Amino acid sequence: MPRIKGEILLDEKKISRAVTRISHEILERNSGAETLVVIGILKRGADLAKRVAGKIAQIEGVEVPVGLLDINLYRDDVHSKLDQPIIARTEILFDVVDRNVILVDDVLFTGRTIRAALDAIIDFGRPRSIQLAVLIDRGHREYPIRPDYVGKNIPTSKDDRVLVRLTERDDTEMVVIEKSGLKKKAGARRSSAKTRSEGGTKK
Amino acid sequence: MKKPKYDLVIKCGRVIDPALGFGSEADVFVKDAKIVKITRMSKATKKEISALPEENIIDASGKLVTPGLIDMHVHLREPGREDKETIITGCRAAAGGGFTTVCCMPNTTPAIDNQETVKFVLSRAEDADARVYVVGAITKALEGKELAEIGDLVAGGAVAISDDGSYVQNPEIMRRALEYAKMFDIPIITHAEDEFLFAGGVMNESYEGTRLGMKGRPAVGEVIAVLRDVRLCDFVGGKLHVAHVSTAGAVEAIRQAKKEGVNVTAEACPHHFTLTDDEIGKEFDPNLKVNPPIRTKKDVDAVIRCLVDGSLDCIASDHAPHSEEEKDVEFDQAPSGMIGLETTLGLVKTQLIDKGFLSWADAIRKMTVNPARILRLPGGTLEKDSVADITIIDPDKKWTVKKDNFRSKSKNSAFIGWKLSGKVFCTILGGRVVYRS
Amino acid sequence: MKLRSRHLLGLEETTASEIKLILDTAESFREIIERPIKKVPTLRGVTVLNLFYEPSTRTRISFELAEKRLSADTINFSRALSSVTKGESLKDTVKNIEALKINMIVVRHASTGAPYFLTQCTGSNIINAGDGRHEHPTQALLDMFTIRRKYGRLEGLRVVLVGDVKHSRVIRSNIWGLKTMGASVAICGPSTLLPYEVEEFGVDVYTHLDEAMDGADVVNVMRIQLERQQAGLFPSMREYTRLFCVTKERLKLLNKNYTIMHPGPMNRGVEITSEVADSSSSVILEQVTNGQAVRMAVLYLLSGKQREE
Repeated sequence: MPRIKGEILLDEKKISRAVTRISHEILERNSGAETLVVIGILKRGADLAKRVAGKIAQIEGVEVPVGLLDINLYRDDVHSKLDQPIIARTEILFDVVDRNVILVDDVLFTGRTIRAALDAIIDFGRPRSIQLAVLIDRGHREYPIRPDYVGKNIPTSKDDRVLVRLTERDDTEMVVIEKSGLKKKAGARRSSAKTRSEGGTKK
Repeated sequence: MKKPKYDLVIKCGRVIDPALGFGSEADVFVKDAKIVKITRMSKATKKEISALPEENIIDASGKLVTPGLIDMHVHLREPGREDKETIITGCRAAAGGGFTTVCCMPNTTPAIDNQETVKFVLSRAEDADARVYVVGAITKALEGKELAEIGDLVAGGAVAISDDGSYVQNPEIMRRALEYAKMFDIPIITHAEDEFLFAGGVMNESYEGTRLGMKGRPAVGEVIAVLRDVRLCDFVGGKLHVAHVSTAGAVEAIRQAKKEGVNVTAEACPHHFTLTDDEIGKEFDPNLKVNPPIRTKKDVDAVIRCLVDGSLDCIASDHAPHSEEEKDVEFDQAPSGMIGLETTLGLVKTQLIDKGFLSWADAIRKMTVNPARILRLPGGTLEKDSVADITIIDPDKKWTVKKDNFRSKSKNSAFIGWKLSGKVFCTILGGRVVYRS
Repeated sequence: MKLRSRHLLGLEETTASEIKLILDTAESFREIIERPIKKVPTLRGVTVLNLFYEPSTRTRISFELAEKRLSADTINFSRALSSVTKGESLKDTVKNIEALKINMIVVRHASTGAPYFLTQCTGSNIINAGDGRHEHPTQALLDMFTIRRKYGRLEGLRVVLVGDVKHSRVIRSNIWGLKTMGASVAICGPSTLLPYEVEEFGVDVYTHLDEAMDGADVVNVMRIQLERQQAGLFPSMREYTRLFCVTKERLKLLNKNYTIMHPGPMNRGVEITSEVADSSSSVILEQVTNGQAVRMAVLYLLSGKQREE
């Protein structure tokens, strides 16, 4: 198991509880699951989306369609001099028209990723609503975006790194914060790539 | 004041004159545009020199003093394409490359296929920095159909005939040309490439050509053309000279013909003993596009081997100026040819002498006495009473070929940026210094 | 993983990991073509010049659609419509158009090396859409993409390229790409249409189609042009068809689960029979669709490589 430095914010149990609570909130607010579709932002948002859908099925006995969304083609920093990010396959194999779309991501930071995701979803059709669910809201918004469902609000400074690890693609399950003061060198190196990788939450 | 006894003395150089079999340190004395004598250092000569004014003496210590170099294959583009080169600028380039004599090819506009044009070229060359001899056309307008007025051309001053740039495709015409030219004892210079086999080709037909998908000019097209002309020459007599031989097969054909006693001579160009066709794909430099094309390593080796064994008699530049506008295009759209007057000497030294293939004497022979004999020109030697055309060479001078330094009006050289060894130090035409580094 | 060059000039110099990156990216783009709105905003503000000095319908349309689906602005330039006929050089033409502030150039030209020439005289990203008989990299990439989609791999497959090897840039690019990706490549055509020392490519060379197809997985058939017969490279279309037409009978020689390809446009009944072209093993139309995804991937990946300041 790789050693992760920094402070553990959520462990396995807390992540599970957060997903359960968010699922309940979604059902309550939408009066059931009939109108719902869940779309997760690749990669860990997609993992969480599947968990939310699973939880909803458990509670309501309704299979909610799950879509996977790669937002890289909708980024606003395509024209920087860096190499283009690798595009993963978007899979939205259902109609979003007139549905209540639950958009799921792991960490909400500047809001740029969500802006891109909104544009992408709208290209698939006109949903009744789009609601945003995130595991972590770390603040520092640059666009006017607010989540509807939050696992945990965490005060951070801008140069901190919030790492989400999920067993679907990592060999551990936790949310960790690396304070910028603790890893000065790494922070300096990363600041140039910051606009690209939203504070380094997707690794 | 008494007139000095000599107009010019070149002292302390190593004199190499293959025609005389001379090759040691000596002083060369010039008077009235003629060679007066070559003497080894003696007290008497030292005294003679010391009496001369300083501007009449060239110190050639550490240098080679050779007969003025002869380039028997250049394109001066005048008349017709004076934007690329004129007789005056071409001769300036010749002087800068150590050549005191050039033979210009007739593929001008109009072609040099009549006596008037021969005379025009010669009149233009009167005040030039090099001697110009004219090669007239074999056929009218170089079309390969009707013989030009060869007798008139010779009477006007032509020293040979050639349809350079095109092959005389019709064997009957070539046969008549060889027969007819016998009357005037001039050689026919053949541009040997079968036109049907190279139709539309832009580079050598080889794996490189296959890889790049460029239409090929196969080596066999040159071989067949040389073999035909050699056989015709053998049959009807006459003198045949094969220009710019580029393939192993063609040099072998010439070697064999010489062994059989056919009256054939031949020349090689620096790009054909230096460059291989795998250079083309690197940057598609249109300056690498020449006719005949640069070939493979095997061909380069064969050309060098036959320069060594004497099957190839001469080294000529095939100086072919083209404007930057015409050359700065896609490779296959570019006209063929590269300039060579100013890089030939350096390439001979770097590629042939430094690599141990030729001695200085062998190399100088191929650029002086051999072309002079083939074309029956007066120069090519420092013998007493011959014209004082002299080239002084700085044999180990290192230099870099730079585009801005070319004296030619055109800059289409594939050797720009190359580091060469050996450079002309001073060029003397009829006792007059026409170039000094 | 990234591309090393700002340009796509050919597959000879392209590495296996670069080809894989392009094919993987194309896989993601393939999905966009199936969406109701077949468009993403990725290349907004990027202007692409389609510079076609040779007639081309398919490749130009494919590129233009790929560009539009990525929201790039496109300008089309074809030889017949331009001042080229007035004697303007390629260099001047491109420099003039570039002064209108373009970012990428897709170029097709009859001269080998013309795309390379453009890299030397412009600052745009250059994509080779076919130069002379040299390379046509996006066609080979889409061919490989199509094969890989069907078999899940390229490695170890036996691919036969049939037709005018001498004049085909598609075959050259396919040879480089397939060999790099570990496929086994055979070429087949009349011996007059096999270029000098072609075996140096490291492929198996055949002049009999039955031998070439024996035990192969994929047959990629090239168009044969009437001009070649007129140039005396083979005696008649009739004889060409007898010797080199991919017919139903010949399909028996192939491995099970074989694939028939053709980059188009087809001469039905000449190099391929309609029966074969329209059979369930034919992926000819799939190639056309995949071409867009591959070209989108190339445009996307290169657009991230701006000019050196």
